[in-house]
Amino acid sequence: MSMFSIFGVSGSAISSQAQRLNVVASNLANADAVAGPDGQSYKARQVVFQTVPMGGQGDAGVKVQDITESEAPGRRVHDPYHPSADAEGYVTHSNVNPVEEMVNMMSASRSYQNNVEVMNTAKSLLLKTLQMGQ
Amino acid sequence: MLEQLTAKLDFQSNALLLRSQRQQVLASNIANADTPGYIARDFDFASALKDASGMNSAGPKQTDTRHMSLGSRDPRNPAMAYAVQTQPSEDGNSVDLDRERANFMDNAIRYESTLRFINSNVKTMLSAITGQ
Repeated sequence: MSMFSIFGVSGSAISSQAQRLNVVASNLANADAVAGPDGQSYKARQVVFQTVPMGGQGDAGVKVQDITESEAPGRRVHDPYHPSADAEGYVTHSNVNPVEEMVNMMSASRSYQNNVEVMNTAKSLLLKTLQMGQ
Repeated sequence: MLEQLTAKLDFQSNALLLRSQRQQVLASNIANADTPGYIARDFDFASALKDASGMNSAGPKQTDTRHMSLGSRDPRNPAMAYAVQTQPSEDGNSVDLDRERANFMDNAIRYESTLRFINSNVKTMLSAITGQ
């Protein structure tokens, strides 16, 4: 039954979206992180999706091809008495944009839900196919 | 004799195979809703079924029973096409999630109705065989 490959396709999409959600979580967790003594602050990360052929005709799964780091400059706040302040009195925070990350999170969770629904439908159809002729 | 009984079943099984194939294609489209550069795919069910059951009037016709059949195609490999893009996106992804979801549900229900047709066909045949 060729419909079994739906589980492979949607499963790969779900695991990719879960990874995206993980990345969003670590971005949000580090949104207020201050640069360490070396001056390197946390850089916002983003997953890059790629289509993977899954054997059959038209079967296209998803995988995370790469995780990129944002090159945007970190948020600089004037706080001369902060222990991590530089010579000019500025503290560099991470370059995470919390609003962007929230939108990303909503999008990932919606896509996740969509794929779960697809698998549920495929499951019920396959179960009904199994009962064929009974 | 038996061929006449099962001819209808052949057609329905072709339809079922094509429905499951389309379900798979639509699932792939939904899975790739966030992949940059992915182009949504689909196929025309009606013409694919006509192809598979050799009813396509445009295709070559079998004028003699000894001829090799040219019109019948494998229902598991319908002619795939690219879905028309309604709202172009910046990343080149052409999946319209609303449309795909609607198509998916529509196709699921049609799959189930084909299943029911097969079931009732089988029941009819069984009652004809057992004579009850």
